[in-house]
Amino acid sequence: MEKMSRVTTALSSNTISGKTMFCHLDAPANAISVCRDASQVVVAGRNIFKIYTIEEEQFVEKLNLRVGRKPSLNFSCADVMWHQMEENLLATAATNGAVVTWNLGKPSRNKQDQLFTEHKRTVNKVCFHPTEVYMLLSGSQDGLMKCFDLRKKESVSTFSGQSESVRDVQFSMKDFTFAASFENGNVQLWDIRRPDRYERMFTAHTGPVFCCDWHPDDRGWLATGGRDKMVKVWDMTTNRAKEIYCVQTIASVARVKWRPEKRFHLATCSMMVDHNIYVWDIRRPFIPFATFEEHKDVTTGIVWRHQHDPYFLLSGSKDSTLYQHMFKDATRPVDKANPEGLCFGLMGDLAFAAKESLINSDTNRKPYPGGDRRNPLFFFKKTDPTEQFAHVSSALTIYQTGLDSNNMDWFVSTAQRYLLTGKPFAELCDHNAKVARELKRPQVSTTWTMLRIMFSDPANLPAAGLNHSLSKLGSLPLMNSFSLKEMGSGLASESRLERGKGDSRQDNIHLETGNSHISNNNEENEETEGSDGPAECMFGDAELDDDDLYSMDHENQAEEQEYTLPQEGFQLRHEIVDNPSAPEHFQQDKADSPHVSGNEAEVPCLTPIESFSLISISQPLFTHHLPASFFCPIVREMLSYYAEQGDVQMAVSVLIVLGEKIRREIDDLTQEHWYMSYIDMLQRFELWNVSNEVIKLSTCSAITCLNQTSTTLHINCSNCKRPMSSKGWMCDRCHQCASICAVCHHVVKGLFVWCQGCSHGGHLEHIMNWLKSSAHCPAGCGHMCEYT
Amino acid sequence: MMEVQDQESLGRWDRLGSRDLSTRLEAMEIISQEVTRKVEAIGPLTSSPPATGTVLSSDLNDILAHLLMLSKRCPFEDVRERCIQLLQEVQDLGVRIPRPLGNGPSRFIPEKEILQVSKVDSRTQSIFEDAFAALGRLDNISLVMGFHPQYLESFLRTQHYLLQMDGPLPLHYRHYIGIMAAARHQCSYLVNLHVNDFLQVGGDAKWLNGLGEAPQKLQQLGELNKILAHRPWLITKEHMEALLKAEEHSWSLAELIHAVVLLTHYHSLASFTFGCGITPEIHCDGGHTFRPPSLSQYCVCDIANGNGHANQHDDQLDDQDMCGEVEVLMERMKQLQECRDDEEASQEEMATRFEREKTESMLVVTSEDEECVPSRDISRHFEDPSYGYKDFSRRGEHVPTFRAQDYSWEDHGYSLVNRLYPDVGQMLDEKFQMAYNLTYNTMATHKDVDTSMLRRAIWNYIHCMFGIRYDDYDYGEINQLLDRSFKIYIKTMVCSPEKTTKRMYESFWRQFQHSEKVHVNLLLMEARMQAELLYALRAITRYMT
Repeated sequence: MEKMSRVTTALSSNTISGKTMFCHLDAPANAISVCRDASQVVVAGRNIFKIYTIEEEQFVEKLNLRVGRKPSLNFSCADVMWHQMEENLLATAATNGAVVTWNLGKPSRNKQDQLFTEHKRTVNKVCFHPTEVYMLLSGSQDGLMKCFDLRKKESVSTFSGQSESVRDVQFSMKDFTFAASFENGNVQLWDIRRPDRYERMFTAHTGPVFCCDWHPDDRGWLATGGRDKMVKVWDMTTNRAKEIYCVQTIASVARVKWRPEKRFHLATCSMMVDHNIYVWDIRRPFIPFATFEEHKDVTTGIVWRHQHDPYFLLSGSKDSTLYQHMFKDATRPVDKANPEGLCFGLMGDLAFAAKESLINSDTNRKPYPGGDRRNPLFFFKKTDPTEQFAHVSSALTIYQTGLDSNNMDWFVSTAQRYLLTGKPFAELCDHNAKVARELKRPQVSTTWTMLRIMFSDPANLPAAGLNHSLSKLGSLPLMNSFSLKEMGSGLASESRLERGKGDSRQDNIHLETGNSHISNNNEENEETEGSDGPAECMFGDAELDDDDLYSMDHENQAEEQEYTLPQEGFQLRHEIVDNPSAPEHFQQDKADSPHVSGNEAEVPCLTPIESFSLISISQPLFTHHLPASFFCPIVREMLSYYAEQGDVQMAVSVLIVLGEKIRREIDDLTQEHWYMSYIDMLQRFELWNVSNEVIKLSTCSAITCLNQTSTTLHINCSNCKRPMSSKGWMCDRCHQCASICAVCHHVVKGLFVWCQGCSHGGHLEHIMNWLKSSAHCPAGCGHMCEYT
Repeated sequence: MMEVQDQESLGRWDRLGSRDLSTRLEAMEIISQEVTRKVEAIGPLTSSPPATGTVLSSDLNDILAHLLMLSKRCPFEDVRERCIQLLQEVQDLGVRIPRPLGNGPSRFIPEKEILQVSKVDSRTQSIFEDAFAALGRLDNISLVMGFHPQYLESFLRTQHYLLQMDGPLPLHYRHYIGIMAAARHQCSYLVNLHVNDFLQVGGDAKWLNGLGEAPQKLQQLGELNKILAHRPWLITKEHMEALLKAEEHSWSLAELIHAVVLLTHYHSLASFTFGCGITPEIHCDGGHTFRPPSLSQYCVCDIANGNGHANQHDDQLDDQDMCGEVEVLMERMKQLQECRDDEEASQEEMATRFEREKTESMLVVTSEDEECVPSRDISRHFEDPSYGYKDFSRRGEHVPTFRAQDYSWEDHGYSLVNRLYPDVGQMLDEKFQMAYNLTYNTMATHKDVDTSMLRRAIWNYIHCMFGIRYDDYDYGEINQLLDRSFKIYIKTMVCSPEKTTKRMYESFWRQFQHSEKVHVNLLLMEARMQAELLYALRAITRYMT
């Protein structure tokens, strides 16, 4: 309250008001400064030096100080300062090293008062003493600071920092101390009366310290900003300068200015890249308290309009504008920020902090299973009501992981127990479905079952053995092409044949599940979609009778798949092809059979055994082609779904089991990506065997080559101890056989076992036998070899 | 099999860089076995000299050349000795061994003046060892820079980081960009060096046939390379935009910064190479010969190098002739220091002085000799070989003066580079400062001289040639301090370094030490690099805002 009253007294004489507004300058500004009563602002730059009055609604140009036909470099200002006591007095720092003072009270057009050309290099900063009227301080690139008495023609004292260029000088508010910041990161403190040496020096930043500012109230506080993107606040009252606050910004800090009447606030702007002006609460160094985002190019000068009013900020910029920012119009990044934090602990615990209101609104949710140690901590500091911070009290919740929640056992055992190859498709599906069911993953289990239904046919199971052998046939594609061509005409009879077969087999499990599924579908969706169509054809009785519909579907099919089908017919059994159990002699028989059975009408004239097998051939061929390709889009979606859910295991397993049925539907990159992820996971769980199997079974070339890498083993010759460069068993240096068995003296081509003690060895078997009877090395070196 | 061979032969020298003595000896042992094997493979040598042209012998020759290089340049004494011994052994077997062409790393500086690898202080030794470990060689540039170990350290650290450490560009791109930049100045020395490196990091040899064979992305960089090398003031944000927004071939900002730093680094390094007359590396083409030495025992290079007797005499004459040059210069500096306050030039006068210096620098005739056509070999790496440094005024182009105070390295350039390519800003900053502030307070034979004025004059003169003006500098000083022959040298070296001749090198600052001339070269190199960087970075900044 006391503070407030002081503010009002300070402002009472001339209450300032206004709005956010700007005006165009003719040229980029380098610095700005306000006069004491906050009614005028001076803007200085390389090509501009003007005074504007700040009115209620606008800036009005009052005076152009750049006069003369050919303005000299003395007008090219790096910095400007308006005297805070003498309202007619200004000082500028020129880029050519001149320090110029200006007297607005002069009657002539040229207001230039004094010119000091003592500095050899650019003057970066000028500063009037806040209370001593005639005292002016300058800091220059030449590493010197000079103090001028305006009543004299030259400087009264020179301070040599003995380090590098001076970037900023600032008088302390009340005494004769001033701070100087340097390009090499140092800050020095000087007493103006003692030019011989500095009182204190410390390194504030890495790289140049571009700016510094004394706190207007707290005497010992000095804020510095540097190229290292930091703003630091130093307490200078102690013996050693102590860093008490540090704000990390996103770009080098060009200017820093304490906000009047707000003890912990300061404004900064950047020299490069970032154009905004930030006001920070130094106690909250992570998010700016307020942001002004108006400028289109870097802000070069900021100044609070009145030294006791925290709500008006003026700024000049390289984009040639002068702005008055109202604090109420500032952006508050805090409002947009989510005051939430999330972190995993070492043991998988999860800590979550969120706004209390968020948590509370959610109170009637179910308590979390498994050790929900909810532990609300309130971050909360009651501060004086003038603080405008959005005080968020957050609740911190810690979730302990239950034993099972992120347990990956299911992954491991699934990986180990899944069968990916080596059995007929349907059996693989069944097996995997069973595995999934046992691991309590019903959805996955159902998926496997569904897959089996989609991609195999009822007749397949009993005829599995035959199909195996058939699949060896080189002429299968030919056969397929037959059936393809005939599809249009022979459809009806075929379908009936098939149906008859299916019925007679009583192989109803699939039919039943299929039917129930489809009838559900029908109920939900009267107009069946393309992909459902064939399914119905296959299992739905009603539709089967409808020949028109059926044949129509088939015509479409035949057209579209003229190329794909023959291939599929062959590759369908891709994994079975690997099965070595097929008897050779079958091939001959079966090779002929398609020709014979090319026309279904001829079926009866074959031998009973043959006809049986033929029927079973024609059925799977027929039923496969149609539904399989129709299902592909669904299966593709399903795979993507699983992959996106994080169950890449499922996606890859299905991919392998389905093989060619689905492979072509999914683009190679995606497949490769899935494979890679799965293999990576497997290897993390040290499931090397499974991982290798997956690599082996994958069809992506990028994956299969994985286990071809780093398979080279470099060996040294056992005689001359040099690398064996050539292939083979001879060392081409000493021309002897390397790796000779110590027992039989033959070259070991295969498993070579050797003693790590004496490095002799040989055939595994020989060594084993030898060591049964003797404890010494077979080479006779006398070493007591051990075999475990 | 061939592949394996290549791998092996490339990796062969790596372990010689180890600081561990036994590792080096082991590596040397393997090499010597290999050499023996190869010598045997060539067969009986008694009769004719090894048939050149066969793969085997050319392979062997490469190895021998490398051994020769190591025997002279390896910072490890044991390796040097072993190499000499090995070469001797091979020679005894009747194989013709190479000998270095020319003496020493520089054509301009007598070998005896340059640091001997065998006689350096421990600090330099350690720097050399690091460099050797990193690159497997100690190049002539490093040896010449060895006059100024503090700088060399900073230089090598930066270069190593640019080429081998974390960065947005792949390794072979970096070397290729180096080749592009060096080729702009027809600097075959740097091109050769980096062609080897480029291949070693797995670059596609096809790219070396010309920029046209390189990926589109690199081709696009050609334009920037060209302008940056010769007329950096013409770079606009549109150039940057064209690179950054080229759809699938576009550069990212970080990559672009990396590329720009590399380009400027190699442009300026080319200046240094020519300015100091760096000779080809011993193991590269033109660095050695298998021909027997001529009867006179001196090849042309020796004489040109000041190693012959004839030249010595001339030098002494010259010395007497030019006596007092240094003193005059020092006197001028002193005067400038003193009377600075007395006669204060008007602002107009200052501006005119800058303009005059700028214009005059244009008139300094650089090409004493006829327009030399770049050799085919090098010119294929860039396009438009006729594009060269063009003076501001001569062609009537009006180029606005670049005000250093508006965009300086310290305030702006550094922040931009460090933001997009972390740590490099810091390294470049240190390197610039090192070059700018380096002094031993000596001038020729005089001690305790404050040379800052002279260094600043040189630095600012170079920036002035690029149109960069410092408000707080009186360009009249340049005229006082830098005489005409020096200006010719600077101008040539910075703008068309390939035209630098030994005569130019010798005709300026005759009484100064070679180390001081190298120092000048460092200043020129860094000032040029900074000037180019400033233009490029300003354009990028403008693009970003």
